[in-house]
Amino acid sequence: MTKPADQWKWQELEPGFVIIEPGSASDYKTGDWKSMHPVWNEAVCIKCGLCYTYCPDMAVFQKKTGYFAGDYDYCKGCGICAHECPTGAITMVEGKE
Amino acid sequence: MTQAARKKIGIEVSLAVSDAVKQCDADVISAYPITPQTHIVEHLAELVANGELDAEFIPVESEHSAMSVCAGSSAAGARTFTATASQGLALMAEIVYCVSAMRLPVVMVVANRSLNSPLSIWNDHGDVMMVRDSGWVQIFVENGQEAYDHIFWSFRVGEDPRVLHPVMLNMDGFIVTHTIEPIEYWSDEMVKKFLPPFRPKYRLHPDNPVTMGAFGPPEIFTECKMAQEQALLAARPIIDKAWDELYQICGRRYLPVEKYRADDAKTLFLTMGSIGETAKVAVDEMREKGQEIGLVSLRLWRPFPFEEIKDAVKNAETLIVIDRALVFGGVGGPVASEVKAALFSEKKRPKVVNFIAGLASRDVQPDDFRQMVEKARAKVAAGKEDEYEIYGVRG
Amino acid sequence: MIEIRFHGRGGQGAVTTGELLAKAAISEGKWAQAFPAFGPERRGAPVLAFCRVSEGKIQHRFQVKEPNIVVVLDPSLLDVLDPSKGLKPDGLMIVNSPLSPQEIKKQHKYSCKVATLDASKIAHEVLRLNITNTTMLGALIKASKLINLSSLDEPFKERFGKVAENNLKACHRAFDQMKLED
Repeated sequence: MTKPADQWKWQELEPGFVIIEPGSASDYKTGDWKSMHPVWNEAVCIKCGLCYTYCPDMAVFQKKTGYFAGDYDYCKGCGICAHECPTGAITMVEGKE
Repeated sequence: MTQAARKKIGIEVSLAVSDAVKQCDADVISAYPITPQTHIVEHLAELVANGELDAEFIPVESEHSAMSVCAGSSAAGARTFTATASQGLALMAEIVYCVSAMRLPVVMVVANRSLNSPLSIWNDHGDVMMVRDSGWVQIFVENGQEAYDHIFWSFRVGEDPRVLHPVMLNMDGFIVTHTIEPIEYWSDEMVKKFLPPFRPKYRLHPDNPVTMGAFGPPEIFTECKMAQEQALLAARPIIDKAWDELYQICGRRYLPVEKYRADDAKTLFLTMGSIGETAKVAVDEMREKGQEIGLVSLRLWRPFPFEEIKDAVKNAETLIVIDRALVFGGVGGPVASEVKAALFSEKKRPKVVNFIAGLASRDVQPDDFRQMVEKARAKVAAGKEDEYEIYGVRG
Repeated sequence: MIEIRFHGRGGQGAVTTGELLAKAAISEGKWAQAFPAFGPERRGAPVLAFCRVSEGKIQHRFQVKEPNIVVVLDPSLLDVLDPSKGLKPDGLMIVNSPLSPQEIKKQHKYSCKVATLDASKIAHEVLRLNITNTTMLGALIKASKLINLSSLDEPFKERFGKVAENNLKACHRAFDQMKLED
């Protein structure tokens, strides 16, 4: 986990304040405030991948089975996946996960 | 929006600033949005779009173009306004120097913000210090009422035929610009009485062709710079007169250097910008405890008020200058360096201790002022008053 | 001088709450100051906003560190941060929650005075949205008696236009329902 900004001493900074830990933004689970989350009905899902394509947050992933699911660490419950799904396989449900 | 004069309304300072520009009946506004100036230019765009302000609002693709348009507009004789901050000021910097040398009275609000890198959208004076030497009249305000009042003042001073200089009105980004506070508006009569129309000495017009911004070879460049410097210094009496006139109009007294409980103070703080308001809270708290502390606030940054500074600090033993910008590889803070230069030849002068604080709007609270007094005491006792300190740095 | 700190998430209107309060107070001839902890705005990120109200001029240009009152718009924040930090010893925390003050205090081990109101329920009923800022403003005014409720009429009209009436309704309902426990 990246050290929070207010804990760095000036001597600890890399030259040019270069951040050497790659992809550290992913440490912040930005989905913790959503009020609704998407749920996939695999009986109806045709594995078209449109939900994955449309998700603005890259919070939809494909499981080994080929069906899609939500990464609730980052999913913010915007509902675009449910809106775009051509078969109505995705429902927005109350709650974080 | 018409408001009865004297009644205070609660409004975001940025919007009040734009309303003041409207009341000045500016002719041309050209700007590019940048945090934390955006609310000023957005509101001005609204006022022009809905017809409340009869002006040309020229959106451009960068601040460099914004200041270029302002230069052209002012040269054509139009009352011209713009606003920027930080990287925007940096991007327009080359034109900023031209505008003052060409004596074009553009008024620009700088919503003070750090210069990158690292990227900071927060307040400090790094941006304006970059154009310290640009030849503009430069002032700092501490709160919303001052920000509003000084729009009128800036046009009044800059466009005066004896001045003809652009004016940079500095206000701390977010801390002043985005705060909602009570502001007393001027009536239309007050504006009319205080601010005459803009009558430029020269303007670009086919009936009377002139050349502006010409080529300056070695034979004449020195004379051009001497004339420019003398003109900036000669602006001083009109600057003071405009503040007197402002006092007559609205009852608020502004001075190039303002003192707060300073006359009998052994230790003085010297600040510029909104941090001065918190300093007053700190001074009051310390005075309650019997400490002989006072405050000197610097309002007029350029042309620098050497005599007033010397006079304000002459009886103090210690002068704590709090800068909100850092001069890399140099003397610490730009204000401290200027103050030390002012005091260099004085036979009696306080020990000057310099702190850099509030970078990227890191909070400076009354307790921090108390700590700076302790630190200053220790430095002076150890003979180390010349070593500036970045207050509160971790490590 | 009364100092208030608002805790919300980006998009919930925490900043607006302070602004409305300040404008209303100024219209009553008081001095008030409202500003957020500034930052790049992102929906959902914890947000702080501040408001100071006083009879005389306010010259404080720094964040509120020792509030008299803390208002929590989103109960999920209680799991993420401690809103009672810095609260004056006799200060009050008002939380948007269906739980009772006792339950909240027990769950999070707060030692300060707590008041709760199910503002989300009122907001859902009146506004059909889970935006609780105007509702919580009613609760705040009931608890603090800082301004007259009617002073909010103009600021609400100016800020909300067509939906001002509904927001005032939610605000007034919260004012009526807000209970202050010992």
